[in-house]
Amino acid sequence: MDVDLWSLYRQMLRSRLVETEVIRLWDHGLISGEMHLGIGEEGVAAAVVSRMRDGDAMALDHRGTPALVMRGIDLVSLFKELLGRPDGLCAGRGGHMHLFSRELLAASSGIVGASGPAAAGFALAAKRLRPGCISVAFFGEGAMNEGMLMESLTLAAVWKLPVLFVCKDNQLSITTLSSTVTAGSLASRAASFGIPVAEADGADIEELCRAVDGVIDRIREGGGPAFLLARCVRPQGHFLGDQLARTARRPVREMARIAGPLVASALRLKGAPARQRASSAASILSLVRRAGALMSDAKADPVARTRRLLAGAAARLRVLETKAQEEVESAAQIALGEA
Amino acid sequence: MRRMGFSEAIDDALASAMAEDEKIVVFGEDVHTIRRNLLVRFGEERVRATPISESAFVGAAVAAAMAGLRPVVEVMLVDFIGTAMDALLNHAAKVDAFSGGKWSAPLVVRSACGGGYGDGGQHEQCLWGWLAHIPGLAVAVPSTPADAGGLMAAALRHPGPVVYLEHKLLSETWLEFLGKGGRKTVRFDVPAGGACGRVPARWTPIPIGKAAVVRDGADVSLLSVVVGVHRCLQAADALQRKGVSAEVLDIRTVSPLDAETIRESAGRTGRVVVVDEDYEGFGLSGEVAALLLESEFRGRFARVCTTGTIPYSRALEDATLPSTARIVEAVERLVR
Repeated sequence: MDVDLWSLYRQMLRSRLVETEVIRLWDHGLISGEMHLGIGEEGVAAAVVSRMRDGDAMALDHRGTPALVMRGIDLVSLFKELLGRPDGLCAGRGGHMHLFSRELLAASSGIVGASGPAAAGFALAAKRLRPGCISVAFFGEGAMNEGMLMESLTLAAVWKLPVLFVCKDNQLSITTLSSTVTAGSLASRAASFGIPVAEADGADIEELCRAVDGVIDRIREGGGPAFLLARCVRPQGHFLGDQLARTARRPVREMARIAGPLVASALRLKGAPARQRASSAASILSLVRRAGALMSDAKADPVARTRRLLAGAAARLRVLETKAQEEVESAAQIALGEA
Repeated sequence: MRRMGFSEAIDDALASAMAEDEKIVVFGEDVHTIRRNLLVRFGEERVRATPISESAFVGAAVAAAMAGLRPVVEVMLVDFIGTAMDALLNHAAKVDAFSGGKWSAPLVVRSACGGGYGDGGQHEQCLWGWLAHIPGLAVAVPSTPADAGGLMAAALRHPGPVVYLEHKLLSETWLEFLGKGGRKTVRFDVPAGGACGRVPARWTPIPIGKAAVVRDGADVSLLSVVVGVHRCLQAADALQRKGVSAEVLDIRTVSPLDAETIRESAGRTGRVVVVDEDYEGFGLSGEVAALLLESEFRGRFARVCTTGTIPYSRALEDATLPSTARIVEAVERLVR
């Protein structure tokens, strides 16, 4: 399939602008709870969604906004939902972790790994009711340690269900470095189910599209599930206000706040030997450093990288960007009742 | 006497017990950051982060407890306990019965629960009634820092499995982590007496299964747990001004339930209102009604609970969770 960079960039940018607006609303206290963003994951979402057709289903995780925006959700109803309005996408009752669109066959869950069984079920229905349609499961690498996701891979493989499992590997499970809690390699783990596995750099839109194109026809044609592993980043942390992200960004200020109780506890009588205590303290500092490095990796920004590919056509780019900006701003204003 | 925050008290009681008992280990998702103060004192062998694999690590905690360890296993939010339910429902809770009383699984499952900060219906549930339904599980639900530390001390000495629930509106760390995220633009109705308070100089266990009368009254008994206790105390103040004297009872452990104290209070006032942030149907409020009927209570009964899935919208959420106003209304209907 063609890699239409303009269309892909437009979708990624729309998503980025929506979520940038979400940051502003959250900062103003207009959005409550754990607001997880998909900033950094737009490349993966754009590549996958651009290959979806009418009748395909999406099982989304707690970062469902980008895929929904690209799939064509009404932006005003989305913003209104995040604001908890009764005329929002889910009547203000679901919220950002539980976005549902029956029309788009898209369901979200805040339970890690839950998109696996959901995608298997959507695929089972597709197989009987909408032949040629597929379902997509979006999840992070942390979810790969969740039993229900492993069980879903088994089920989808043995029933040859048309599922594209999409693993967005940002290397952090909330505040835990995934490498420290994950056994073996994810790609070989997925391959051990006997299904095709594609890998791609989540910031490289062309590579992502090629990876999806390499497996999706076989899924549609009844060959069973496939697995896409995309490395990406989450520069905003696990959710907005993430303490680890704040500490990584402003170590002096944030560490000053947590250091008192930490040092006092480390010096208390009774406990581990001094060497173990020191190594525990060092592991906390090293986590902050690693998280900071992962979050500030500018090369990993899929939107900026795709934009560079189009920078030669400056005038066309300007038109596209202005339009996207106007669309998102206007939707936010209508949702806020300011239009 | 010292003053402590709610979670600070739990961690302090836990640290005191860990200092005395090498068998206590703490594991769960993100504990290396959430319990960093325990980590730097007790080291990575005893405070250990897990993969997001609840069915494995809670299940492992059950057998580790059977084999001599005293695990405090953290399932971040009680809503996530669904993925580990088999370990509790079919294993931890049944070892004692299946072994003819010869073996048990003395673990503590620590989980954050409750709403009031706009996190939606998959992250704000209480579920203590659902858990207490299972024979063999003790369910501790403290409402003040002093009880929080005392009940943790008791849970760590309990002969069987204890689910220990820590309400996020009372916990300074959870509310900051999940609700505020460093913002000064959000406000929550945090009961001051539950979030911070006096605690004893040394932790002594508070017996599991013992309710506390936290305010004496003559006309009506308000029975509740956790945040609901504080809403009841506020309601009792409001009722006082209207000439109604309300007794407030903090049930403290949903299982075992302190039937004696509940019956005694109900018998004295003749009117009972159960205030429960957990779901209304098939839960704590129905259980209290049943035990009162069984004791030939002939007074009046009402309940103020959460009905239905908790909505995301802050306004709808406030209307869904039990509030002081709803408690006052319920009492006024009973005394009329």
